[in-house]
Amino acid sequence: MKLHRILLLVLLAGLPLSVMAGGQGRLPDDYCRWEVVDYGIVEPLCGLAGDAQRGSKIASDGSRGNCLACHQLPIPDVEAYGTIGPPLAGIASRLSVPMIRLRVVDTRNINPMSIMPGFYRDPRLINRPGKKYRGRTFLTAQQVEDVIAYLATLK
Amino acid sequence: MICINRINLLLCAFLQAAVATTALAGEAKSGYDYIKPASRAMQDDEFENPGMIAVERGQGLFNNVQDGADRACAECHGKDGAKLNTKNIARYPVYSEKAGEIVTLQKRISRCREGNSGSKPLPTDHPQLVDLEAFVRNRALGEPVNVRTDGQVAELLQRGEELYRTRYGLIDMACYQCHDVYPGQMIRGQKISQGQGNGFPAYRLDSGEITSLNQRIRQCLSLMRAEPFDADSEENKLLELYIMSRSNDLRIETPAVRY
Repeated sequence: MKLHRILLLVLLAGLPLSVMAGGQGRLPDDYCRWEVVDYGIVEPLCGLAGDAQRGSKIASDGSRGNCLACHQLPIPDVEAYGTIGPPLAGIASRLSVPMIRLRVVDTRNINPMSIMPGFYRDPRLINRPGKKYRGRTFLTAQQVEDVIAYLATLK
Repeated sequence: MICINRINLLLCAFLQAAVATTALAGEAKSGYDYIKPASRAMQDDEFENPGMIAVERGQGLFNNVQDGADRACAECHGKDGAKLNTKNIARYPVYSEKAGEIVTLQKRISRCREGNSGSKPLPTDHPQLVDLEAFVRNRALGEPVNVRTDGQVAELLQRGEELYRTRYGLIDMACYQCHDVYPGQMIRGQKISQGQGNGFPAYRLDSGEITSLNQRIRQCLSLMRAEPFDADSEENKLLELYIMSRSNDLRIETPAVRY
């Protein structure tokens, strides 16, 4: 945390206007703020509890989480997996739940070059969102917590 | 948390700038190398290739006088475009110094029709114009793409590359991430290609339609849940120019079969 604060001071001083102007409008009322602590997000989004069964469905649903587009997951009867991201079997043995949460919410806090979308990224940071996606997050806070609850079972 | 995000945005901008200065490593490969063998066979067989239907429609539009026009394209360019210079076709999009703008093959065809045959101008990506583009490009089948990269075009290519490296939409990805970093990897059941332009207009198995490169760029942005640039926008022209320049030396495959 200390390192973050120092970095913050150093970088805010030279913050380019273009970055400030990147935001589109104001934050939607139902967007829950989150905080990064020790490379993770400790508090569940909006204080919601996740449901692992629902999370598993969201993860494999092409129109919702679509995790399978890029990751291999231990879900039976799936025809094809993506190979862009690492396989996620055993992910909960490698990462704590707060660390998983940060990666699902906005993994670019860990790796700015990552291709992975932030599923609960600040909507103001999105460039040229389609008309019907303006001010929205990829998944809802509840859906994100459901996916996290599911991933936490992959030990 | 927003501040932390800002830090990372800065880092991100910095790192992307660093990456942008390094040239694309490795050789250009046609999308043909990434599609399934059955799709390759479909493309290679003129009778099986569904894109040939568009080429034939274009051929009809080219050879015959259209409603309200004085003459057909074939009157100057020969029946079936026999007098067309295929090396010239492979140079598109070009930069016109006279007009001070990028001229895509579609635009060139549309203006030629308007100026010389008295036809009504067709808007970009009008189905008839895509058919004509497919027909004309198919005349240059096998010709290596040869887009100019020096002179005033160099600066335009730089702007095109910037757009290619910008993230768009809720899915928040840039063209280069899929097509420069991950070609050959699978996205669900499909192999990611280098996003080359040498096969366009191409028949898309996904939509079942002949698709110009301009349309494909817009479809890609929509897929990213982004607001696509207008069909006639400077941004789309810059992206088409940059993408075709990446395809230099790849042979024209129009109409390619692509996912």
